Amino acid sequence: MRDVELKMKERASELLKSGEVARVIGWKKGEFYHDPQPASFESVEELNAFVYNGFCGANLSKYLIQMSKKEGKTAIFLKPCDSYSFNQLVKEHRIVRENIHVIAIECQGKLDIEKIKAKGFDFVTEVEENGDEIAVASLYGNGAVQKDEVLLGKCETCKGKVHQVKDEEIILHEMQAGKKNRFEEVEKLEAMTEDERFAFWREQLQKCIRCNACRNVCPACSCLKCVFDNPASGIAAKANDDKFEEQLFHIIRAFHVSGRCTDCGECSRVCPQNIPLHLLNRKFIKDIDGLYGEYQAGETAEGKTPLTSYTEGDAEPNDVVNGEVR
Amino acid sequence: MQNVTEKKEFTPNIVAFCCNWCSYAGADLAGSSRLSYPANVKIIRVPCSCRVNPSFILKAYQQGADGVILCGCHPGDCHYVTGNYYTRRRMSLLFSFLNYMGIEKERTRVEWVSAAEGARFSAVMNDFVQKITELGENKRLTDLRVKEGE
Repeated sequence: MRDVELKMKERASELLKSGEVARVIGWKKGEFYHDPQPASFESVEELNAFVYNGFCGANLSKYLIQMSKKEGKTAIFLKPCDSYSFNQLVKEHRIVRENIHVIAIECQGKLDIEKIKAKGFDFVTEVEENGDEIAVASLYGNGAVQKDEVLLGKCETCKGKVHQVKDEEIILHEMQAGKKNRFEEVEKLEAMTEDERFAFWREQLQKCIRCNACRNVCPACSCLKCVFDNPASGIAAKANDDKFEEQLFHIIRAFHVSGRCTDCGECSRVCPQNIPLHLLNRKFIKDIDGLYGEYQAGETAEGKTPLTSYTEGDAEPNDVVNGEVR
Repeated sequence: MQNVTEKKEFTPNIVAFCCNWCSYAGADLAGSSRLSYPANVKIIRVPCSCRVNPSFILKAYQQGADGVILCGCHPGDCHYVTGNYYTRRRMSLLFSFLNYMGIEKERTRVEWVSAAEGARFSAVMNDFVQKITELGENKRLTDLRVKEGE
């Protein structure tokens, strides 16, 4: 990973020096080793803080909504999964493609600090990736963990390592796609009874503190005004009863991105309460695949989405049970 | 001692979204033909069935509806040509999703009722109210925050 980081930094400084781009969007050092923050670099000096390591899980494409409207070109580093979100944003006319220089970068799967902590490493100071094994250095000792066990949830079911869009690439090693079937967990829930599913979601959603992180990070949630910001809606804030009352927020959020969600998994990654929000989005993806044909949002920047098109022979809503026509 | 708390019979609250061009006219025809449908069906007139945003349906539930039915023109007969085709896709996904979250499948329904089908409107509503009465009160999609203003 270190060599990739150096190459990226070098390329970023070249682009900034030559004046080809006005800014580069990447990651900078955070407070800790494990929390690099998305950042915009406008000069070569600023690049000193540039990092790219196993914790750079953040999807940068959403920052382009504002950045691509600024003067001058913007260069951005995109991992394979982020490139889907990029295409989707271009399709929705949220970003100006001509103002952006896309640098496709290598990704070997990103790491989940919580999982590493659970392995007994607190205050991680550095990680070194050696294939399937990861050497972890922490304030309380060093050791090794299996990469499969500490991957972010979204990387376990990685869609693949092919960039859907790029102007140039920095890929030094071969990349591997995820090993798990992404619909496995959804199927498990579908197999439960109605009451069990209700109990499951009630338990999960009552943890919600309505911080709106899932909405703010989602590249598909790009409305200028959001219904949930309306204080008169009655649902703008956390319920004072934790029965199951954040449901409307989560149902509407998931529905609003259905057909546009690229399954980038950012919602679950940022959730401070560890609610498996991606399972809501994946249900829609699974139903759309089953009812209207396989569809992957963000594969191209053109064409219609399943919910903005129709056929005369579509299934009747009353006949659809669990995403299948009965 | 006599039992003071008499058990009230459950009468469901039903919200029906009817499109202006077909179903609302169908309801009108049912009325002028003297066909009855239960009084607990509250009709909300919308320009087209595709005007109904999923949040309308959820808000109805949160404010105390026990069942929501969405009526529009038959597919192919939409006044705006294609509106109900979009409704059909949206609602297929929404209903399947609500069920995934543990909400009873039968609570929400879509029916196509044309302006000439007064008898069908009355039959559909009678049937829906009966189904919801059997299903019982909506307890899973209520929200105290929304009910407070009542």
